[in-house]
Amino acid sequence: MRHVISLLIENESGALSRVSGLFSARGYNIESLTVAPTEDASMSRMTLVTGGSDDVIEQITKQLNKLVDVIKVTDLNEMPSIERELLLLKVRATGAAREEMKRMADIFRARIIDVTEASYIIELTGSQKKLDAFLAAIDPALVAEAVRSGACGMARGERVLKP
Amino acid sequence: MTLTGAEILIKCLHHEKTEYVFGYPGGAVLFLYDALFQQDGIRHVLVRHEQAAVHAADGYARSTGKTGVALVTSGPGATNAVTGIATAYYDSIPIVVISGQVATAFIGQDAFQEVDTVGVTRPCVKHNFLVRDVRDLALTLKKAFYLARSGRPGPVVVDIPKDVSAAACEFDENVFSTELSMRSYNPVIRGHHGQIKKAAQMLLEARRPMIYAGGGVVLSDSAEELTRLARLLNVPVTTTLMGLGGFPASDKRYLGMPGMHGTYEANMSMHHSDVLLAIGARFDDRVIGNVEHFASEQRKIIHIDVDPASISKRVKVDTPIVGNVKDVLEQLIRQLESGAAPNPANTAEWWKRIEEWRTRQCLAYKPSTELIKPQFVIQKLLEITGGEAIITSDVGQHQMWTAQYYRFEQPRRWLNSGGLGTMGVGLPYAMGAQLAHPGKTVACVTGEGSIQMNIQELSTCRQFRLPIKICLLNNRYLGMVRQWQQMFHGQRYSGSYMDSLPDFVKLAEAYGHVGIRVDKPGDVEAALREAFTTHKNELVFLDFQIDRSENVYPMVPGGKGLTEMVLPAEEL
Repeated sequence: MRHVISLLIENESGALSRVSGLFSARGYNIESLTVAPTEDASMSRMTLVTGGSDDVIEQITKQLNKLVDVIKVTDLNEMPSIERELLLLKVRATGAAREEMKRMADIFRARIIDVTEASYIIELTGSQKKLDAFLAAIDPALVAEAVRSGACGMARGERVLKP
Repeated sequence: MTLTGAEILIKCLHHEKTEYVFGYPGGAVLFLYDALFQQDGIRHVLVRHEQAAVHAADGYARSTGKTGVALVTSGPGATNAVTGIATAYYDSIPIVVISGQVATAFIGQDAFQEVDTVGVTRPCVKHNFLVRDVRDLALTLKKAFYLARSGRPGPVVVDIPKDVSAAACEFDENVFSTELSMRSYNPVIRGHHGQIKKAAQMLLEARRPMIYAGGGVVLSDSAEELTRLARLLNVPVTTTLMGLGGFPASDKRYLGMPGMHGTYEANMSMHHSDVLLAIGARFDDRVIGNVEHFASEQRKIIHIDVDPASISKRVKVDTPIVGNVKDVLEQLIRQLESGAAPNPANTAEWWKRIEEWRTRQCLAYKPSTELIKPQFVIQKLLEITGGEAIITSDVGQHQMWTAQYYRFEQPRRWLNSGGLGTMGVGLPYAMGAQLAHPGKTVACVTGEGSIQMNIQELSTCRQFRLPIKICLLNNRYLGMVRQWQQMFHGQRYSGSYMDSLPDFVKLAEAYGHVGIRVDKPGDVEAALREAFTTHKNELVFLDFQIDRSENVYPMVPGGKGLTEMVLPAEEL
């Protein structure tokens, strides 16, 4: 089953490789991984999308907790949570496709953030499923380049991930 | 006070009461060596290969419970140390390895003797650090020692660039004396009260209880607590390869070692128990064999471990108790003592079954007047040392025979590489143990394959006058490999035959030691006496020419269940 794991980690050089090294060494999947410093620059927040049986997920969270640089770990599947991902999509926008692209972007509430005579860059934020749906809805022949950020997640309500 | 990085390291080692630094100098650690030269209190032990430096520090730690320290240079110094670091990691041994690094300005430039030590060692350390600023050095070293010995112990590497060891900064001695707190690292010490109550109840109600104790009992110095608990409940005890000595072998509740080369009674009891109390053990594949087969019999499992990730990793556990083994055992004993006494009738039937299993005499072997049986050598070694020696071993058949036939009464008397299975640890382990215990008898049981993996240390032993007794069980084969090839690979002895062996007697003499070759069973005892009494203060290399065809039994073949043991042929 797909799990979204959120963690706080010391913002030290090499901390990311400790996490990615753990996953490769123990044969766990990483579907996506995003990381950046938090409002407190001494810490980074990481969102990790992985998959596995309950036993595997239990081991993953335990092994992550065991890393000395890891401050906190939560499995967002265990609580109501929000998950967002960013997509930047460069598409060919000439002739009839130019208008069609604009329309599709509006339907999905995406924004066009770069325009040239022959191309658009479309920005879309949403759940992984929404991004997948958007990509499925447009003509793949028109896609020049796609960049996805991987998911960022957070628990709903007043629950916070703090040291 | 202004100090250089090298001087700060010395301050830290003095604060940690480090007695020995096992190391090998080189370009990147010249400032560190210079500071070592100019101090008193720490003795530097010059090894002949960095791998042995780490093993010796590890052997020192295993035999004392204190943190071992090794010092190596950058590049090849650090990569040579990796096997030693991984060996300590897999057996949770507290050591701190200081490695030199090229100067910070050269890092990433493919400089001479540069290697990404933090990157190379990351998968086999508890934690590691690269110190880029001398002002961070004192706190980093303090963290390194704290991490190495606390929680589940393990090796910590501190990589110090040459310019950092040379640079000076303001140093505040209080860094070492103030309590350290890390927001990302808080090992659990005491067990959860509710879980302990539950465990006590399960043990009292059990009809077929069993204690399975591992290295955690030795690491946390809990042999006394384990013994009290087992006697209080009158429960059978098995100790793993890493747990030998954690429970006295002479106690009638002791069933020997479990697992691949465990005793018949230990494996049968593990499998048929209804409540299994696992203490500081990790259900390793060499201990429980096939996981599905193990799960085919219903039993409740209580698991005490300081590392939550060890619990329910391979085998589902019913009652997990996270905490330091010693603290949890004390809590559990208190809980049991405050309630009703255990009812002996509950386990009477169980003990009857165990006694029946014992009658199989699974460790019996056919004595010989022609050929030296390895088991016989170990039994004689036990007799002559009175069970009082610190015994180290390498990896292979000789290791298993020692584990089976040297009956350990006390913890920290048995040093070997259990998790990683590193050939070549025996001699450096003996060095570390002998330095830590100058008056004690230290013997290294080894094979002709293993001993040659760190044979150069005979030179270190000479330099530091270490009176280690090496007992080589020489069968001219890589015996354990040969045994598997005989049993599972159609007797095709691919690469397992040792040709062109040195004359070990002459070799020992060349290094300035005493060498004795033993060919006849009748000479074994006299040779051991000569080594342990006549040459008490010298290193003696005993080359026992043993029966080449001897195998280790019982044996659970790889992938088989614990009860599917192969017993010696004459027994079947």
